[in-house]
Amino acid sequence: MRLKNLRMAVGGAALLSIAGCVTINIYFPAAAAEKAADRIIEEVWQGQPGEIRPKAAPEPEGAPAQPKQ
Amino acid sequence: MIKLFPWRWSALVLAGLMLVPVAAPAADLEINTPAINAIKSSMQQRHAQLAPHYGSGAVGLTRDGMVAVRDANQVALPKRAAVNGLVAAENQDRVALYREIARANGHPEWEAEIRNTFAQRWIDRAQAGWWYQNPAGAWTKK
Repeated sequence: MRLKNLRMAVGGAALLSIAGCVTINIYFPAAAAEKAADRIIEEVWQGQPGEIRPKAAPEPEGAPAQPKQ
Repeated sequence: MIKLFPWRWSALVLAGLMLVPVAAPAADLEINTPAINAIKSSMQQRHAQLAPHYGSGAVGLTRDGMVAVRDANQVALPKRAAVNGLVAAENQDRVALYREIARANGHPEWEAEIRNTFAQRWIDRAQAGWWYQNPAGAWTKK
C-alpha cells in the first residue's frame, strides 16, 4: 500500500514537471525578451555621438559642450 | 521480482525528472540569426542619419516601438522628404526585426509582445532631450 502511494506521488510529480515545461514554453519569456531587446538596442545605437548611456555622469568642465535641449 | 518492479519504475521516473530541468527554461532568446543580424546592421547604419533628428525633436519614438516624424518644422524643407524616407525605412526594419525574433524562437505569435518590450526599452534607453510617446500617446521630452 505504501509502495503504491509512493508510485502515485512520484508519477504525479513527473506529470507536474512535464506540465511545468509546457507552461514555460507557452508563456512569453518577458525577462529574456527584455535582455534581448537591450542587447540589440545597444548595438543599433552604439555609434551615436556623445553619451551612450542616458545615466552617464555629467561632462567634466572644459570638455566640449554637448548640444542639449 | 514482482516486488522489485515498482522500484525500477520509480527509478526510471526519477531519472526522467533529473532530465526535465535541462530541457525546461531557455534563459536567452535567440537573436543571432543571419536575418536578425542583417536588419540590425541596416538599422545601425541608419542611426547615424536619424540621431540628429531625434535630438532636434523632428523624429520621436512611438509607444508601439516605431519612429515617427513628430515636428517636420525642425527639418529644412529640402530635407523633409529624406527624413520621411528614413522614418519609413526604419519602421520597415523594426517590424521585420520583431517578426524575425519571434520566428527565430519558434513563436511567431510572440511578435506583439516582443514589439511591446522593445517599445519600452527604446524609450528607457533614449538620450535626454529625445522625444517619445507616453502610454497615452502624447509626445513627451525625455
